[in-house]
Amino acid sequence: MKAGTRLRSGVCTATVVVVRAPASPVSVECGGQPMAEGAGPAGEAELAPGYDGGALLGKRYEDPASGLELLCTKGGAGSLSVDGRLLSVKDAKSLPASD
Amino acid sequence: MDLTMLLEMAAEGCPDRLAVGTKADGLSYAQLQDRARGLGAELKARGVQHVAMVDVTSSALPLLVYGASYAGLPFVPLNYRLADAQLQAMVTRIAPAVVVAPPEQAARFADVQGIEVVSPDELGALAEKGAALAGEHEPDGDAVAVLLFTSGTSGEPKGAVLRASHLVSYVLSSVEFLGADEDEAILVSVPPYHIAGISSVLTSVYAGRRMVQLASFSPEAWVELARREAITQAMVVPTMLGRILEVLERDGQGLPALRHLSYGGGRMPFTVVERALALLPDVDLVNAYGLTETSSTIAVLGPQEHRDAAASEDPAVRRRLGSVGRPLPSVEIEVRDVDGLAVQAGEQGEIYVRGEQVSGEYLSHRALDEEGWFPTRDRGWLDEDGFLYVDGRADDVIVRGAENLSPGEIEDVLLAHPAVAEAAVVGIPDTEWGEAVNAAVVLVAGRSATEQELQTWVRERLRSSKTPARVHFLPALPHNETGKLLRRVLRDELATA
Repeated sequence: MKAGTRLRSGVCTATVVVVRAPASPVSVECGGQPMAEGAGPAGEAELAPGYDGGALLGKRYEDPASGLELLCTKGGAGSLSVDGRLLSVKDAKSLPASD
Repeated sequence: MDLTMLLEMAAEGCPDRLAVGTKADGLSYAQLQDRARGLGAELKARGVQHVAMVDVTSSALPLLVYGASYAGLPFVPLNYRLADAQLQAMVTRIAPAVVVAPPEQAARFADVQGIEVVSPDELGALAEKGAALAGEHEPDGDAVAVLLFTSGTSGEPKGAVLRASHLVSYVLSSVEFLGADEDEAILVSVPPYHIAGISSVLTSVYAGRRMVQLASFSPEAWVELARREAITQAMVVPTMLGRILEVLERDGQGLPALRHLSYGGGRMPFTVVERALALLPDVDLVNAYGLTETSSTIAVLGPQEHRDAAASEDPAVRRRLGSVGRPLPSVEIEVRDVDGLAVQAGEQGEIYVRGEQVSGEYLSHRALDEEGWFPTRDRGWLDEDGFLYVDGRADDVIVRGAENLSPGEIEDVLLAHPAVAEAAVVGIPDTEWGEAVNAAVVLVAGRSATEQELQTWVRERLRSSKTPARVHFLPALPHNETGKLLRRVLRDELATA
């Protein structure tokens, strides 16, 4: 999995792009189910309990343990996780617009 | 991850918000995305290698930037002010290509083979036609997104290569997605072939901020459009800001909607910043420093830093008004000596930068070292608190005797003189010193100063080696159209004066 890889949810409309690749291979999940590479229709798998907090468009999610960072390019009902660990939203730095 | 991702996210997040154009007839994000996809499909079907633009800025620019990205082709905004021979040489280099240009521009390179000319008026119809062709888009982050020929104020223009990954990194690390309020609108008046003209198309879309393009700059037209379209943000180059302030000083009507004004693209005289702060006290000022090769901004002096510096009695804080602020969190900046070693705070050297947004790649070669550092060829220094001061291009340094002198420092002192409106300092070949410090000065209308008076002024504030051997009084200084001083031209003029 490298930076730029696109992943889509198996349970909802969410799609993400890998902004920073993990140091070692990990399983990226949405709604508790593995995400699939590339574009395609939204999946129909079941949303697992506890993984239904949702993924928000435009937010960046990070997993400090593996170094993985994702950008949510389409929102959905499932929460993002890595090997079962829920990902946290990375704080947006507030920089003044310069162009 | 290519440029299309930025537009698709905005179209997903706020499809009906206006993306580009006036309040009366602008395009929404959803419409811009539809048209860019359609245009991309048409461009791809042409089988060309580049998509170029030879025209002033307009609402066609965002359509072309994203359309070229959908087509997987590099976008090449060319300088329409170049002489015919130079323009033809560049168009020849990028053939086969689609070149978007109005008839009067297209006539200038009509003889070049492998070029299909499209008038800006035809883009809408082309995009509509392409809608049926548009299929699934496969983004490629390594693809060349933009090819920009640098202005070449100190040498031949170089073709700077910006890949999608550099530009997208810049946007993701410096802009909050849909961070703009719904009423925000940016006035873009830099030409498409300036990096800020391109980066604003990317950052504005990602922030969800409406873009309004001003085709050709005049301070009156800028102020009129800013008022009519309730512009909240703008980016200007130094010469533009000075002239805008003159209009505001004359008519006293202010810019009621404006909240945020960023400037960059060259040294901003300290006095102009102070005038702007006084005249527009409620406007957030941002000074940005960046290069084409770094995908735009790498350091910023923010609004609060402007106010703190202006209000401070401490000279070390006050002088920060003349700095370009601190590096973005996503880039590293170092100042190095001639041996390539990092210098201490307060010491001058060449500015180096490293980060994901830094390309440092040209058509001819790559300028990054093994560790990814890009030598900017700008001279400057960092203060104890990490504020960066840019003194000018390394090529402009005056070597007098064994001493290296930065023109910028001497120019700042001259500009602080009440009779001096513009000042430029260059080195002129000299038999005794190698180079002699010469100043060219434009006086404020109605004021006067003598050569001796200005020499004394500099000597009292700097030291004798930095005092101009001669001061030339000129009606105007030579600038290119984006406000960069043409030092080579000036040096040649003064050398024969």
